[in-house]
Amino acid sequence: MAEHTDAPLPASHAVSGHGTDASGLTLEVDKRLGDFLLKASLTVPARGVTALFGASGSGKTSLLRLIAGLDTPDKGVIRIGEHSLVDTRQGVFVPPHRRRLGVVFQEARLFPHYRVRGNLTYGMRPGARSRFDDIVDLLGISPLLNRFPATLSGGEARRVAIGRALLTEPRLLLMDEPLTGLDGARKQELLRYIARLARDIDIPIVYVSHDPDELIAIADHLVLLDQGRVLAHGRLDELLTRFDLTEYLGGFDAASVITATVADHDHHYALTQLRLEDGQRLTIPLVDDPPGTTLRLRIPIRDVALALSKPEQVSYRNQLSARVEQIGLVAGNKTSIEVRLRVGEQILRARLTRKSFDELGVKEGISIVALIRSVAFDTR
Amino acid sequence: MLSDAEWEAILISLQVAGTAVAWILVPGIALAWLMARHEFRGKALLDGVLHLPLVLPPVVVGYLLLVSLGRQGLLGRWLDQWFGITLPFTWQGAAVAGGIMAFPLLVRAVRLSLEAVDVKLEAAASTLGANRWRILFTITLPLALPGLLTGTVLAFARALSEFGATITFASNIPGETRTLPLALYTLIQSPGKEAAAARLCAIAILIAMLSLLVSEWLARKARKRLRGRDG
Repeated sequence: MAEHTDAPLPASHAVSGHGTDASGLTLEVDKRLGDFLLKASLTVPARGVTALFGASGSGKTSLLRLIAGLDTPDKGVIRIGEHSLVDTRQGVFVPPHRRRLGVVFQEARLFPHYRVRGNLTYGMRPGARSRFDDIVDLLGISPLLNRFPATLSGGEARRVAIGRALLTEPRLLLMDEPLTGLDGARKQELLRYIARLARDIDIPIVYVSHDPDELIAIADHLVLLDQGRVLAHGRLDELLTRFDLTEYLGGFDAASVITATVADHDHHYALTQLRLEDGQRLTIPLVDDPPGTTLRLRIPIRDVALALSKPEQVSYRNQLSARVEQIGLVAGNKTSIEVRLRVGEQILRARLTRKSFDELGVKEGISIVALIRSVAFDTR
Repeated sequence: MLSDAEWEAILISLQVAGTAVAWILVPGIALAWLMARHEFRGKALLDGVLHLPLVLPPVVVGYLLLVSLGRQGLLGRWLDQWFGITLPFTWQGAAVAGGIMAFPLLVRAVRLSLEAVDVKLEAAASTLGANRWRILFTITLPLALPGLLTGTVLAFARALSEFGATITFASNIPGETRTLPLALYTLIQSPGKEAAAARLCAIAILIAMLSLLVSEWLARKARKRLRGRDG
């Protein structure tokens, strides 16, 4: 699959763009909810989409409610930039209506007695008035302005809810599984809107989800939650390559995420050539993005094969020179071994049987050729 | 068509019931909101006290009003001295009696409709920058409107039909506190007024039916609007 994206910026490179007061979120909270103890500490970079990922009951939504101010932590600090939203030691608690955080809830939560326009302008700040038309166009909801929420489809309602939150000029946009309950096509459509949003509007987004496919498509950063604790957080593509997290990221269907630039198109064979940053080339089925566009590719681990040298006459179209960086066992699987390859600056994962592994004599540090089936780049 | 005495009784009734509803509306909504949205010590007790007028004989309520708000009563003396307000044997007193009798009905209906309002919508409004008051007036009350209307009409009808507390506290003074039920009672007590009593009875039924129809119509309109249909 390929998705449009800006190259994700790591936290240390975070900059505030366009003079807005974009700044990251720092959080360190304890909260007891019955038998469940949420004990989280994390930072959300000032740019890009940060996903809170975890099984249901891992504390994603509880964390989001704490950030939004709909719940109070027992202990802890929540800050945006230098501005404290909660500081239990200092007795600071900014109520939700003064936090300037946009929240998009799972069920849209539109006000049934207001038309779409009324919903959109309910929390609109004066500064956002000039952007009303842009936001409405971006979300494709201008034909809906005079309708009542009861007459909207699920996807339309979510889009209105997103617009309503954006028009409050939030410092941070919180989205709680905004695609739940939508069918496949609607889901893809809304996902595209959100991805475009993350790119066009310079607001950090915290995105709660338990769906790996959604996160691969839009997340830059990942916060992995398990039973109320933060297991890991960092750049999505880096976390995805960590062996120790495989168990928790199993749903991600073991894959690597690689970014590449569109080089040129071959319309005759309906193929597109991509260039990796180290100059190596990849071929994928034709996409309609112009040369120069950066794409994010997901390469399932099972679609990568290894060879010691470039084979001749083989249908694997993509052959990348790589270096074996790390070798690890696959949890709960006695047959296979997982190998992390370095391709330029990027990481590619491959899995092979222990038998092939021994026959090939794979060792850390050796040069190897990664064979990737073109279809692995299916854009869906 | 109607005699002067009949007109008088109708007008006094409307005035008394209207005033009764007017003075209990805000405290009734406030209390209903408190009961619907908050847990506190003594809530069950307060709930019981609230419902007392429904189960007590109305004469008892009238008697208690007389004791507390009468000229010699603790509150009554204070009202008389500081504000020159006298309630017993006045139509205002009848409105107080009617209001108290109608109060539980109003609170009950409003509370039920407030409980039915989705607090998630209120939470959403707060994340959009609305403070507590704005949420109350733009989300909570509009969404509770059908119940609010029903409660108001119920309370109005209850105040209109109030008899026992009224006659005890405000007496049965023609042109002052003789509401429709009191006028009807007076006619029944007088020999040879059966026809006049029947006429008043019909009028009472008519007014009650009319208020029910109006309330149903308003509530239906409000519900339609809330369900988000045009028109």
